[in-house]
Amino acid sequence: MTITGRLSGPGASISPARRLRNGLATTLMWLSLAIAVIPLGFLVYYVVSKGAKLFGWGFLTRPIPIFQRTFGGGMGPAVVGTLLITGMATLISVPLGVLGAVYIVEYGADNRLARVIRFLGDVMAGVPSIVMGLFIYTIWVIRGHGFTGFAGSLALACLMLPIVIRSSESMLRLVPTELREASFALGSSKSRTVLTVVLPTAAAGIVSGCLLAVARAAGETAPLLFTIGITSKVNSNLFKGTNTALSTQIFGNANQPYPGAIQRAWAAALTLLLIVLVFSILARLVSSRLTTGTRR
Amino acid sequence: MATVTAPPPPAPAGASRPPGLGSRRPARADQAFRLLSLASGLLVLVVLALIAIASTGRALPAFRHEGLSFIFSRDWNPGADKFGALAFIYGTMVTSVIAIVLGVPVSIGIALVLTELAPRRIRTPIVYVLDLLAAVPSVVFGLWGLAVLAPKLDHRYGQVNDVVRHIPVLNTLFGGGEHNGTSIFTAGLILALMIIPIVTSLTREVFATVPIAQKEAALALGATRWEMIRGSVLPFGRSGVVGAVMLGLGRAMGETIAVALLIGSNAQITGHLFRSGDSMAAVIANQFNESTGLFQAALVGLGVLLFGITIVVNLAARAVLNRSERRLGGAL
Repeated sequence: MTITGRLSGPGASISPARRLRNGLATTLMWLSLAIAVIPLGFLVYYVVSKGAKLFGWGFLTRPIPIFQRTFGGGMGPAVVGTLLITGMATLISVPLGVLGAVYIVEYGADNRLARVIRFLGDVMAGVPSIVMGLFIYTIWVIRGHGFTGFAGSLALACLMLPIVIRSSESMLRLVPTELREASFALGSSKSRTVLTVVLPTAAAGIVSGCLLAVARAAGETAPLLFTIGITSKVNSNLFKGTNTALSTQIFGNANQPYPGAIQRAWAAALTLLLIVLVFSILARLVSSRLTTGTRR
Repeated sequence: MATVTAPPPPAPAGASRPPGLGSRRPARADQAFRLLSLASGLLVLVVLALIAIASTGRALPAFRHEGLSFIFSRDWNPGADKFGALAFIYGTMVTSVIAIVLGVPVSIGIALVLTELAPRRIRTPIVYVLDLLAAVPSVVFGLWGLAVLAPKLDHRYGQVNDVVRHIPVLNTLFGGGEHNGTSIFTAGLILALMIIPIVTSLTREVFATVPIAQKEAALALGATRWEMIRGSVLPFGRSGVVGAVMLGLGRAMGETIAVALLIGSNAQITGHLFRSGDSMAAVIANQFNESTGLFQAALVGLGVLLFGITIVVNLAARAVLNRSERRLGGAL
């Protein structure tokens, strides 16, 4: 190739073999995208088409049939259970997670302890959710507290904590140092600076991260299997009596030989997918407000 | 943002000095807040330690009863108090390896599409779709796999079986006559799909840090796009990709519900991937609620084992990722 050759893009002097390899590699890369997207398309299609047969207001509110071979029925108790258990898990994990992130970023200032906490948070995020379930079963359920919705909340909170810490931490790091310095210069204490300047500035990002953690927790099954027990009636008391959730109901019904149970599993899957989607979309909306807020 | 420009909060009543400068009350509140946040941070340590201690304590009777044969024996028979977990360990390993082998090339491909090929305006939709894939609950994957995928796959497995019957190696992995829709391979397939979003997003972050000068240099030397990717992007991102893959491996090994529904729940060690098997997480999910005494201790023991393995894998993955992060930070 000479200097006077065409400069724009892959030049004219590229041999057919190289051109072919380039084309092949490009095709394979796009193909890999298709490999991931097509199954997802099928999955969503089946969940929607099979779930829609039973899905509706009645399904969301009616009690769960006692006999699994019954047709129809609803998932009311499971909807209530999923929302309450996930809500309580959020109440537990979000304040603790955000405060943990505050320590790492604001107080730890990259000292060794802060680095250790950050590292272990990442490690904790990799602990399988079923281990969290076994853990709460061991230290809570069989220590006299029994199967309750709250036990499930504790297990989900263990799962959410590292996610909240990680996302809040990265959001706190985005807050410009100048803001903190300005606050200190005005005579504010560290805690007041964190509470009135740093956290409000990072609020949108933190909320978005927490919503993603909620979406993740709402869909989890494994931490609930050995903690909440099972029931076919609405139990709005998290601290007393067994409870149930959409995810565990799907798991329990999926393996059944009865068409009625399978149908309820599909409709419950649609419900769960919608709940998860709503929280994911909310997270995106909040974080897009964040970006428009900072780009001035 | 509004709070930043707001006037400073009024000083506490009675304090003539500005708050925080020597006044005792704010200092104490400050200290309390610091301790509160420190305690929240330390909670991570406490929970991890408690998981290790409490679960090991609960599993101790089974560990004592079995000794090393808990890991090395394949004889799992709760009725006869035999708890050799080798078949479950094998199932966990094999399904995870299948997930990595199938999922990682696809993830790298998607990451390259996102960083090198796709025009800016279609990148965002692709990321949305991947986020959706990541958001689908495990149990929904399981239900879909069991009700839709498995029956179709069973038929395909039969066809593959016939084709590879006389080809060495392949007939061990994909032959063997007998085949099941719910099998080791089906579980691995779904796991591959489930780890794609996480591996892709981490890999993409690594690829995005490749210095543009290196890429332009390769292109200026007359490299095609693929040659540029092979010559500058892949070597630069290698250690980051290794970290991402290990993180994906940890995910795959701990994944429970989808595997519990799709692996076929059959505690056997077989080289035939189209036959049913069982994994550590899956057997806990499927049998824990019917277990008592020593049997339950053995299942908790499986959980401890799983915890230990995933901790090691994650520690290694984080170490690799942090090192590559630092290296990249230095290079830029």
